[in-house]
Amino acid sequence: MKRLKLSPVVIALLLAIGLFVLGGLVHPGFANYSLAINILRLAAFLGVVAAGQTLVIIGGGEGIDLSVGSVITLGAILVYQIANGSDQMVLPALLVALAVGAGIGAINGLGITLLRIPPLVMTLGMAGVVQGLILVVTQGKLTGATAPIMVTLITSPLAFEIPGVLLVWLLLGFVMWVLLERTVYGKQLFAIGVNRTTAKLSGVRVPAVLVLTYALSGLLAALGGFVLLGYTQRVFLNLGADYTLPSVAAVVVGGTILAGGQGSYFGTMAGALVLTLLSSLLTTLLLPESVRQIVFGATLLLLLSAYGRQQRLRN
Amino acid sequence: MIRIPIANTIQLQRIALRQSYLFALLLLIIAVAVNAALQPDFFRPGVLSDNLQSFLPLMLLAAGQTIVIIGGGVDLSVGAIVSLVDVVVVRAMGNSPSASQVLLAIALGLASGVLAGVVNGICVAYLRFQPIVTTFASSFVFSGTALLVMSSPGGNVPPSLVDAYQANLLGLPVVLWVIAAVLVLWNFLRSTRYGRYLYAVGGQSMSAYVTGVPVSLVRLSTYMLSGLMAALTAVALVMSTNTGDPLIGAPMTLESIVAVVLGGTRLRGGQGGVAGSLIGVIILSLILNIISFANVPTWWQTLVNALIVLLALTGPGIVALVRRKLS
Repeated sequence: MKRLKLSPVVIALLLAIGLFVLGGLVHPGFANYSLAINILRLAAFLGVVAAGQTLVIIGGGEGIDLSVGSVITLGAILVYQIANGSDQMVLPALLVALAVGAGIGAINGLGITLLRIPPLVMTLGMAGVVQGLILVVTQGKLTGATAPIMVTLITSPLAFEIPGVLLVWLLLGFVMWVLLERTVYGKQLFAIGVNRTTAKLSGVRVPAVLVLTYALSGLLAALGGFVLLGYTQRVFLNLGADYTLPSVAAVVVGGTILAGGQGSYFGTMAGALVLTLLSSLLTTLLLPESVRQIVFGATLLLLLSAYGRQQRLRN
Repeated sequence: MIRIPIANTIQLQRIALRQSYLFALLLLIIAVAVNAALQPDFFRPGVLSDNLQSFLPLMLLAAGQTIVIIGGGVDLSVGAIVSLVDVVVVRAMGNSPSASQVLLAIALGLASGVLAGVVNGICVAYLRFQPIVTTFASSFVFSGTALLVMSSPGGNVPPSLVDAYQANLLGLPVVLWVIAAVLVLWNFLRSTRYGRYLYAVGGQSMSAYVTGVPVSLVRLSTYMLSGLMAALTAVALVMSTNTGDPLIGAPMTLESIVAVVLGGTRLRGGQGGVAGSLIGVIILSLILNIISFANVPTWWQTLVNALIVLLALTGPGIVALVRRKLS
């Protein structure tokens, strides 16, 4: 039986457009320009975080990073406390946050490659440690301030109401494309995802590439915390918690396969857009929380049926 | 025999290093020793029984999670199923129910748990969705339904149910009997043909399929069992908390996975067992006990707990690394 095969990126994009039109039909006023910009902005936060998740999942071997949520929070808190409202300190604060994020990711990578701990377990354990670190660092007191320049660059409209975070996201999309498709690292990552043994035999230094991948995931999560802070302008102890599993969902909805070795960041971007549109639409319809959750879950299951399926046992 | 031959000790060493289950047992002994040292009345029957009562819900949940993981899957919706069944049972009992109403409510709760497992199982086994995202997605459906049944904590439970949870049977706490029953049933299950199928499906689903194992059916059954155990968890929680709460299960999902891994079951599937997971739950709970008795400063408690858990999770990996370096 031959089936019409559409690229997952196209499916996700069509879905996003469909959801947007549906929103406009069901609820007049949903499909207007400024709301569309706002949805894109919310999708950008998820998209930035899911960039690292995309790399980790492409690397295969049951790769997944469940520590991103707490790294987002830690990154945001570090910037909040170090910059403390001063424009000059934003760049150093960002660099510290990125370094800490990358360090945490590297430890994840070392645990996974050197100690051969399953990624799910390692990153889950690390999430708890980072959460503990946050409490020790802050002692429950979240003092600090958001620098005005962050709000200007991230949240305020630059031109045609487009906020800076969208440009950051587009830039990240380009960088990720170059990284995955035009660098040796990208080729090696796909090779590892397809088959670790053959990659190793072809001379890929598998552990080094994987440690780098988890470090990048931590770094991108910290970057996610930075841009999120520019939007919320305040930090909470569970600021990033709601991004962990949605980042995995965005990657999967974008057509990247959890088994690894196949996928793209453009798909993840479309996936982040679909998930954000869906939850915005459900919020706009003023449905109670219970119905919203049920519809969200059911739609996610439907999306999985489109292309999140595994191989048949009988070939 | 007084002297153990060297060959035998080496063999013993090898066995000890290979069994990740033994590592959990070792951790358990350390945890119990430290706990007993910090809490002098730790071994008093009343304290032990209190401890068991608070461990039981997560034990039941981890037992179900173990079966799914051995079968090669994972269930991220167990917490949501716990929440759902918790409110279904309390809602169905209503105010001052009769004994038959209580039993009916519990039966309804168990049925909804199994039904939730059927939904997961059909999606994973027959529609071939990926387990992690599927159960993540379905967890929204279950937790949303829980909120629909009861939007905020409330309702009350007949005191007889609470008494039953704390009661003794033949001189031993009821909860201990429940734990023993879980272990006996698991060991029986494991010795049946179904048990062999379960390990085969988790280990090598392709070869299992080729040799005639009903792979999809076995996968479906693991999610049903997990749903059932989540429902039993909810019943235990209703009996111990005395009320219904639509959010009660949320934090338990990841804890159940950590407990399973601590107990030596590998996430890859095809290996492990329920007994290890029960030990894992006890270790997790004792670590929390120890931290509160050791007067760790409040803001450090989460970090200390997480570091110990991470160390325990990485322990087998460190042992394996040392072994590779030695050989």
